[in-house]
Amino acid sequence: MNLNRFLKTIFLTEFFLAIFKAIREMFRPKKTINYPFEKGQISPRYRGEHALRRYPNGEERCIACKLCEAVCPAQAITIESKERSDGSRKTTRYDIDMLKCIYCGLCQESCPVDAIVQGPNFEFATETREELYYNKEKLLDNGDRWESVLAKNLKTDKIYK
Amino acid sequence: MEYLNTLINEIYKILFLVIPILVSVAMIVWLDRRVWGFVQKRRGPNVVGPFGLFQTLADALKYIFKEIIIPASANKPIFILAPIITMTLALVAWAVIPLSETLVLSDINVGILYLFAISSLGVYGIIMGGWASNSKYPFLGAIRSAAQMVSYEVSIGIIIINVLLCVGSLNLNDIVLAQKNLWYVIPLFPMFIVFFISALAETNRPPFDLPEAEAELVAGYQTEYSGMMYAMFWLGEYANILLMCAMGSILFLGGWLPPLDIYPLNIVPAPFWMIFKILFLFFLFAIIKAIVPRYRYDQLMRLGWKVFLPFSLIYVVLTASFLLYFDKLPKGSF
Repeated sequence: MNLNRFLKTIFLTEFFLAIFKAIREMFRPKKTINYPFEKGQISPRYRGEHALRRYPNGEERCIACKLCEAVCPAQAITIESKERSDGSRKTTRYDIDMLKCIYCGLCQESCPVDAIVQGPNFEFATETREELYYNKEKLLDNGDRWESVLAKNLKTDKIYK
Repeated sequence: MEYLNTLINEIYKILFLVIPILVSVAMIVWLDRRVWGFVQKRRGPNVVGPFGLFQTLADALKYIFKEIIIPASANKPIFILAPIITMTLALVAWAVIPLSETLVLSDINVGILYLFAISSLGVYGIIMGGWASNSKYPFLGAIRSAAQMVSYEVSIGIIIINVLLCVGSLNLNDIVLAQKNLWYVIPLFPMFIVFFISALAETNRPPFDLPEAEAELVAGYQTEYSGMMYAMFWLGEYANILLMCAMGSILFLGGWLPPLDIYPLNIVPAPFWMIFKILFLFFLFAIIKAIVPRYRYDQLMRLGWKVFLPFSLIYVVLTASFLLYFDKLPKGSF
């Protein structure tokens, strides 16, 4: 064993240096965030909980083209449609099985009218599986609730599309 | 009637000792996790109560309401006895720790011997738990733990001899009073370091937490335990750590004596100094947990038997020769 290493071992040099370093690190700013009270930054492209949007006049955007149903790799979306009295085609059923969904964002990309979008909400854990079978009502409700954020995010991201 | 009075009086005194210890164990677990988190730039427990102080109480409450599972093939009486033994022994040892000259449950003449004997018995709780679980991980963990604790107890014993040579008494208050002029951490500094590292090994703390090396042994001897029985192991473990800190501060850091016998320091009550020193040592325990990687088992054994044991033996000879040559051996007590 060479002398330098021997002295280092005897006097525990590196050990004491480590303690001083540890004490110094204790007073540095924390790297973790205080989660339920503060949240991390989310990109405008964040693919969270789904929402069905409406036009400003309250009309649903979805035209029941079923592109999202076709493109969905997990086959989580089920759509049924019918002609409405004014001649427009609207959905009668729009279900997303959130347990099947893989949050790939293809539904949002395929939508020609920006009706189905994935919003910034990631805190939708539930206590039963049934609550995660979203229907049209729930999705439209999500859309109404998050509309301001959704519109802003779509606008921010538009230039990159 | 006389007998009953004494009994009630003693029980009252014991409760007066045990309850503060249990509360301080809870606080110390919080401190441990908090320091650990801070060094790693995390926040640590900070939600329950002010600064997360009640986190341990919440954890304990959770453990109380959890089911106690006893494995079908376990040896039931021993399985139940093991955590009880661990916790009882960890608490019983506190009977002789002086918080000040008068504030001690029983000021016995062989205090340090008693402490040493009780902390040696602590290994039984662990080995019984591991054996009675009748499962491979607890068994391996218990064997490791027994070997480790026995090895390091030997060097701790010899380190204690160093101190005893200077004091000439086994009474803990005498040991403290003998350090009135000079704390033993200064003349016996290498022994203090060896004692500290041995204490880490004795209490199964990182870097010597091999009995519960989670990567290889799940949780060591605690693997099969759940609910309150697990919590008792855990309480016992931390009470033991506190005990080792108290032992370190009595043997080397002057126990309840102030650092200097001058005006602003010596009006502070004695228990405060004792608690302050215990906390200081525990802080070191906690910080070391955050900075060191785990030892390999053969390295651990080599350190115990081939480095610490000869080193402390040589130091005993040195101390004895020094005291004899300069005629400084404690007089009158032999």
